[in-house]
Amino acid sequence: MNPEFLHKLAELVPQVEGFIYPNEIEIHWSILIVLYPYLTGLVAGAFILASLVKVFTVKEVQPVYRLSLLTALAFLLIAPLPLLLHLGNPLRSYEIFLTPNLSSAMAMFGFVYAWYLMVVLLLEIWFDYRKDLITWANESKFPMNFVYRILSLFSKDLTDEAIAFDKKAIRVITIIGIPSAFLLHGYVGFIFGSVKANPWWSSVLIPVVFLFSAIVSGIAMVLLLYMIITPLRGKPLDMPCLDRIASFLFYAVIVDFTLEGLDFIHRLYESEESIKILSKLVMNKLFVSLVIIQVLLGMLVPLFSMAAAKAFRFNEELRKLSYFVAAILIQLGIFATRWNIVVGGQLFSKSFLGLTAYKMEVMGLEGLLVGIAVLIMPFCVLAVLLKLMSPWKTAEEHAAGG
Amino acid sequence: MKKLPEQVKRLAAVFVIFLSSVLLIRAYAVPAALKDTDIHRRTAVERETARRPVYAGYTACRDCHDDVFTSRKKGYHRNLSCETCHGPGQKHADDPEATKPIVPRERSFCPVCHTYDPSRPTGFPQVNPSTHNPLKPCITCHNPHNPEPPEAPHECSACHGEIAGMKGLSSHALLDCTVCHTTPEGHKLTPRAVMPSKPEDREFCGRCHRKGAEEKDAPKVDLATHGEKYLCWQCHYPHLPEGMK
Amino acid sequence: MNRRKFLKAAALAVPAAAVPGLAQKALAAAAVTAYDPTKHLYGMGIEINKCIGCGRCMEACKAENNVPKEPFFFRTWVERYTLKNGHGGLAVEGIKPGELKPPAAGGEHHTLKSFFVPKLCNQCQRPPCVQVCPVGATFSTEDGVVLVDSERCIGCRYCIQACPYGARYLHPVTSTADKCTFCYHRVVKGLLPACVEVCPAQARVFGDFKSKADPLVRFRRMHMLHILKPHLNTEPKVLYADLDGEVR
Repeated sequence: MNPEFLHKLAELVPQVEGFIYPNEIEIHWSILIVLYPYLTGLVAGAFILASLVKVFTVKEVQPVYRLSLLTALAFLLIAPLPLLLHLGNPLRSYEIFLTPNLSSAMAMFGFVYAWYLMVVLLLEIWFDYRKDLITWANESKFPMNFVYRILSLFSKDLTDEAIAFDKKAIRVITIIGIPSAFLLHGYVGFIFGSVKANPWWSSVLIPVVFLFSAIVSGIAMVLLLYMIITPLRGKPLDMPCLDRIASFLFYAVIVDFTLEGLDFIHRLYESEESIKILSKLVMNKLFVSLVIIQVLLGMLVPLFSMAAAKAFRFNEELRKLSYFVAAILIQLGIFATRWNIVVGGQLFSKSFLGLTAYKMEVMGLEGLLVGIAVLIMPFCVLAVLLKLMSPWKTAEEHAAGG
Repeated sequence: MKKLPEQVKRLAAVFVIFLSSVLLIRAYAVPAALKDTDIHRRTAVERETARRPVYAGYTACRDCHDDVFTSRKKGYHRNLSCETCHGPGQKHADDPEATKPIVPRERSFCPVCHTYDPSRPTGFPQVNPSTHNPLKPCITCHNPHNPEPPEAPHECSACHGEIAGMKGLSSHALLDCTVCHTTPEGHKLTPRAVMPSKPEDREFCGRCHRKGAEEKDAPKVDLATHGEKYLCWQCHYPHLPEGMK
Repeated sequence: MNRRKFLKAAALAVPAAAVPGLAQKALAAAAVTAYDPTKHLYGMGIEINKCIGCGRCMEACKAENNVPKEPFFFRTWVERYTLKNGHGGLAVEGIKPGELKPPAAGGEHHTLKSFFVPKLCNQCQRPPCVQVCPVGATFSTEDGVVLVDSERCIGCRYCIQACPYGARYLHPVTSTADKCTFCYHRVVKGLLPACVEVCPAQARVFGDFKSKADPLVRFRRMHMLHILKPHLNTEPKVLYADLDGEVR
């Protein structure tokens, strides 16, 4: 047994307020499980943004279409990692595929994930990039031409019919993809929302709240990436695109805010047995992360900043600034949302008689450094993807530029 | 019918190969021991069942120590398991010579159960170890296998410490328990089966508390108008009649 | 000559006490093969006003089941509830075996009553922990005990989150979920769970819902019963007699 771990638990004992069941001193789902819904949320949100282009034919957003898809893919590839790292026995994780317990929300993870990755995201990306992959394969030198050839599955058909089929396929996949993205993140919310033992989690609204906060965070993330990467490439930002994304972001935040407000008011009005301990939780343990960061900085300030950009007809530079600030604050706010749900749900005793404490370690598997590493990894994956399958270097540009 | 585009065939091939290999591997290459829930449950139950007990259980002790059982039969400790005091005994039962169970003789042992604590159910024998024959091991006076006290407790506080403590601070401090309760002898042996009496009418308290009663210090009420159909102790707690904050 | 003396003599005569060892093994084997789980459904009764808060059940449980000694891991534990006069006055604390200190006096309200509440896994008939386990490593046996397969548990701790009673913990050595098994290995051999065995006050009663005559049957007949958190519909098989409504 690890004496340091026991020492850590012993340190928490004096921080307990009121009564907790003795086994509750250990916080079981920590920073890594906070990251998991955060990452999957970004996937779902980025995908929804991409599907705006294809299904709802929002032309202005076209410049970020591929960026959104690749962002979704990068985050999806890393999303299972924090789960895996968090397991007590990660080497047994294969069991989830061999003997899934059909009544377990968590067991469905493998299937929802596989469905979304293989049937939705990879397919859509493949159809969208097929033409370019063939072109790149023809134009690149060894070994890259070979890589592109494998990625295109040795497809060679560049006839108009084939290209037209690609477009049609993308549309169909996107139409399947939207409910799938909803499923992916709604399901993550269900993992929490279905725990009847925990009144902080147990709510039918939780999956919906998860979903909309996912859309918010995903759109904001793509906006951020676009605003950072484009100047780095020495290209001008496409203002109509930015404005359009920002307005979608604005409405998504409004819906998210409304839903969370509804959840809050509903709880307060029903005022069930748990209300006392939950108010203590919010006022005591979560005040900064919930009231200040999640609601004030993560929602109200961005809403105000984006609304002001619209209402006062800011010039371009000021609009860029206000969007950029809003997107960053929204990321912070959504991360705080995940934190408040996951960690907050474990800071009060199921006896409803006391609060416990969570102290994040810095080193160690469940520590801050690993958390930061996991958070950085999707961006590294994205960098590789952007290099390999450039969203900007479309076939036309490539041909024109030589 | 339109021809299937070339790229669809390729994709389909990839999917078919992938899915079929996953299914085939799961069906044939993965041993049943890894995927059969029935096997898992059975082996888990077998593993659990095969664990050796640490506590042998009271019947195991009786097989050899029948003499102790006889002496315990009528005593207050008749329902205790030997291992409550003597600790886990399976090893001793397996090999009586090699391992001996613990024999707690120190004074700190019995108070784990018998120290006075207000949360303990009233009627459970409790003492204050710092005033109850200090320093002497409990077993010098009490035989733990038949813990008959040297003299039968005439003090109710031996078992009803909480009530005694409360009453001692109240204006009823000078009243003996027997003023209000008559206690059959059997109550001392089987406390829950034979209960002491409680005052059954209002006149009982009225002897001191009704208007015009002789008792000078007792507060007076008019029994005819005060409380009506309730017995006095249904509202006033006689062990602390001043009432509570 | 009683059996004790006989055994002593035998131990001297027969090398290395082979007789009792073998006999024990044969007995155990016979008991196991004869055991039919479909004929049982185990449950426990807890009589609140008998518990003296000595904590011997907690110690015996740890000794019997290899539960880590540290006070953060329990298969069973005892809580002390203290109700004060006035509305809503309630203090709860966990007790440490052998270190019982009277509840803190003071506060503006007088103590109305105080009592101990032993807790353990409720062996629910509709266990939320079993429902959520992604790999089926925790399951209900036919005789109504919820077990954890420590060789399959992946350590995701969803079951710990799902248990409304805080009855589960992550075993720090195996990194798998662990909890009370009603001492399944004892029960199938006809022994009592360790906590019931050592309880000096008979506050714990172990029995079989499928039996017509056993201590649990009488317990259920003689007492007003209560289960913990009935609104969660987990259908616990640990029943409490004379439990105060304040207890969670």
